[in-house]
Amino acid sequence: MPQRVAVVENILNANDRLAAENRLRLDTAGVFAINLMASPGAGKTSLIEQTLPRLTGKLRVAVVDGDIATSLDADRAAAAGAQAAIQINTGGDCHLDAVMLQQALNQLDLSKFDLLIVENVGNLVCPASFALGTHLSVLVASIPEGDDKPHKYPGMYSGVDVLILNKIDLLPYINFRMDFFKQGVEILNPDVVTFPLSCRTGEGVEDWTDWLVGRVATFKRG
Amino acid sequence: MGIMHELSVTESILEIALRHAQESQAKRVINLYLVIGQLSSIVDDSVQFYWDLISKDTLAEGAKLHFQRIPARLACLECGHEYSPGGDLTCPACHSARVKVITGKEFRLDAMDVE
Repeated sequence: MPQRVAVVENILNANDRLAAENRLRLDTAGVFAINLMASPGAGKTSLIEQTLPRLTGKLRVAVVDGDIATSLDADRAAAAGAQAAIQINTGGDCHLDAVMLQQALNQLDLSKFDLLIVENVGNLVCPASFALGTHLSVLVASIPEGDDKPHKYPGMYSGVDVLILNKIDLLPYINFRMDFFKQGVEILNPDVVTFPLSCRTGEGVEDWTDWLVGRVATFKRG
Repeated sequence: MGIMHELSVTESILEIALRHAQESQAKRVINLYLVIGQLSSIVDDSVQFYWDLISKDTLAEGAKLHFQRIPARLACLECGHEYSPGGDLTCPACHSARVKVITGKEFRLDAMDVE
């Protein structure tokens, strides 16, 4: 006779458990980690290129790059001054998960770093569901994507701590209703910290990097 | 969304199902009852497709997946009104943008039938 067994377990439990292990390793080593997410072309890699030179002498940074197949992004991070740049090829998978980050952590001597930047796969749907164990989730949005994205991708916009609005130098050329965009963000995530900036002109980038250095310092003080 | 997404999700479901089947010393898993909120981005047919592939030669081979979909419900933090969102997420009663999700984010395995 069949019998009913109660389970009541979150489907992403296994991932969440591994994410907690990753977090413990990072905490123990004193490494602050951020998970950088965005749709393809929003400027994740450009943001890393703009961020790293401004952290020189302040923080020792490692970058982990999730990419479906190539190492182009890790190469750019290394060229921009990352002390270590590790590529994770997801083999077609649309997001990084805690197992993949664990494998990347195994390749790093964590005692040599203060900050780990994890560049997720370009995708505005899945990455928010898969915890990695990082301390801070950062979403890079950009003006050309359009002002309706918070309304269309609520999972991503509601799950992040920091919102970077890139390519603000294009505002004069694009019909972007800032009020409509901000309303969507306000509904989903009223506490999010927002940095409007341009990776092309450099405008606003220092506000972001100063804030980040402060966050890492707070973390280091425990 | 990439179809690979459902593969990693399905692998997690299988891991949970087999662990609980072993704990209850079951010989076979017949039915799985999944609860999926409307705001979780999961395609039922795609999960069943991967399930049939990856559950082969396990205790759960041939098990049927049952999906209970939970509709999204929001509550307004200003006036307390509860509603199902239409095209717009703002509160239909007072037009406030300060709202919270009550249901719709569920993503769990509730129960299984085993023998």
